[in-house]
Amino acid sequence: MNVALVFEQLLNGLQYGVMLFLMAAGLTLVLGIMNLVNLAHGSLYMVGAYLTITAAQWTGSYVAGVVLGLAATLVVGMVVEIIALRPLYERDHLDQVLATFGLILFFNEAVAILWGKAAIFTSLPPWLSGHVELYAGARYPFYRLVVLIVGLVVALGLWYVVARTRLGMLVRAGASNRTMVAALGINIRLLYTIVFGVGAALAGLAGLMAGPIYAVQPGMGELILIQVFVVIVIGGIGSIRGALVGAIIVGIVDTLGRAFLKPLLATAISATAAQSAGPALASMSIYLLMAIVLALRPAGLFPARGG
Amino acid sequence: MMRRSTLVWTVIVLALLALPPLAIALKQPFYLDLVRRIMIFAIAAVSLNLILGYGGLVSFGHAAYLGLGGYAVGILAHHGIHDGTVQWLVAIGGSALVALVFGAVSIRTTGIYFIMITLAFAQMLYYLGISLEEYGGDDGMRIKVRSQFPLIDLADPVQFYYLVLVLLLGAVWLTWRIVNSRFGVVLRATKSNEARTRAIGLSPYPYRLAAFVIAGAMCGLSGALLVNHTAYLTPDFMNWTRSGEIMFMVILGGMGTIVGPVLGAFGLLLLEDVLAGLTQHWQIILGPLLVLSVLFFKRGLAGLIERRDE
Repeated sequence: MNVALVFEQLLNGLQYGVMLFLMAAGLTLVLGIMNLVNLAHGSLYMVGAYLTITAAQWTGSYVAGVVLGLAATLVVGMVVEIIALRPLYERDHLDQVLATFGLILFFNEAVAILWGKAAIFTSLPPWLSGHVELYAGARYPFYRLVVLIVGLVVALGLWYVVARTRLGMLVRAGASNRTMVAALGINIRLLYTIVFGVGAALAGLAGLMAGPIYAVQPGMGELILIQVFVVIVIGGIGSIRGALVGAIIVGIVDTLGRAFLKPLLATAISATAAQSAGPALASMSIYLLMAIVLALRPAGLFPARGG
Repeated sequence: MMRRSTLVWTVIVLALLALPPLAIALKQPFYLDLVRRIMIFAIAAVSLNLILGYGGLVSFGHAAYLGLGGYAVGILAHHGIHDGTVQWLVAIGGSALVALVFGAVSIRTTGIYFIMITLAFAQMLYYLGISLEEYGGDDGMRIKVRSQFPLIDLADPVQFYYLVLVLLLGAVWLTWRIVNSRFGVVLRATKSNEARTRAIGLSPYPYRLAAFVIAGAMCGLSGALLVNHTAYLTPDFMNWTRSGEIMFMVILGGMGTIVGPVLGAFGLLLLEDVLAGLTQHWQIILGPLLVLSVLFFKRGLAGLIERRDE
């Protein structure tokens, strides 16, 4: 197997992992702090992608589209939190699952009405397309590299906010003891809305960056959402660090599995058997990984709460 | 209270028994098909209710067993084995076996982790179904010959209808017996207070796992019925929205009640049918209705019946 190909797929895996992280960061905070299971997080990813496309067409500028799309997704997230999710904080997980499941149906259908059911493929502005030469002979799409870098920068920024600022301190305090934070006079409702809005914007960022790589269509959020759940379960609920590690593991395992499991199996078993077993195993690999992690550490790799 | 539930059951059973002659007399075979489909999903909802309503296990991957049952029948039929007894036993046994494996891992966890793991396991099977090119892959596969039985012909809509009705009533009866047995009492105890159950010397794990396996097997049967109903096998049987739908049937009907899941299956699927007749974008109405019913309709349809008793 050629080293450049492995390297390229590793980068792809890292880039996918970074996108998973953008989704997982918001979701894990919502789960950890508000104890809310939000299935509609994938809808925000989809909404981000669509709003950006529309804003970019409307303004005629990609950058303005991204900025407007992000801001609009933030607003959508906050409105959803205030209208639909606030009554759910006191409910059990079952009610939250069902109500946010209802929200998914609503968002998917609303998007289908506004933009149509067919997938939209977007083109990149010229300055983002093309390839870069990483080292002699190894070319990599510039856009994917940009996605990777943006994701890492956001991860770093998020780490800084959570670990080094007052807001982050409140977020961490909220994750470990909600009642105590409220008793100390912090407006926990406002904190919830802010955290949810930021989580929504991060999901929207992942969605808008995913647009040019994958298809933009109703239901696109659910495909990634379930992998994001795997990330969170592996990393440990409520832990940003766990989300980052989990996302990169899942991104790389999934990408490498799809790329290399079939040829690898073909060396061990017959080519026809590998032909059918390879893709099957590749698509199951991250779920098997999750089962192994949970069998060894039922609270994930980095449990946010002691116990 | 007993009298009220006996009355409800009498009405349900009589109505379901009377439907086929009525549908044929009125030349509306569509309703025969619709109600048969609803009853098949009701079996799945009854099975989920056993672990969700009585065991408190929020399994978000129940459609996996629907798919396993369907694939068992479909794969055997693809290889020329049409004997219904063999097909359905494989469907039930295979589902039970997979439920045993999935349950053994997932019941070790609780809360959100349990929800997500059951979801992820079901999704794993969904992708496995998609990658099985020989059995239709993403597009699915037509089942040319339905399961063959000595006395019953599933190609006859009325015979198939009554078979489903009998199996539904059997599933309800079985659930009722389980819930009121010693096993069922312990299962309900693990739901209402796990710490006390442990304190009197009972470990919840084997009880939960056994209930999980029974529910999986029952849902496997439902899958075998569904694939015979549609005569088409597709990975969509296992899609996670299916799991959500089955779960919603249980909640809408009233979880932890015997009649609830049956009422819920009828309520949700009839509502879907009515809304789909109104507009092609019916999900935009259904979604908010789901949210509202979760927020304000806590006790479900069975709760309406019970309240009149008080």
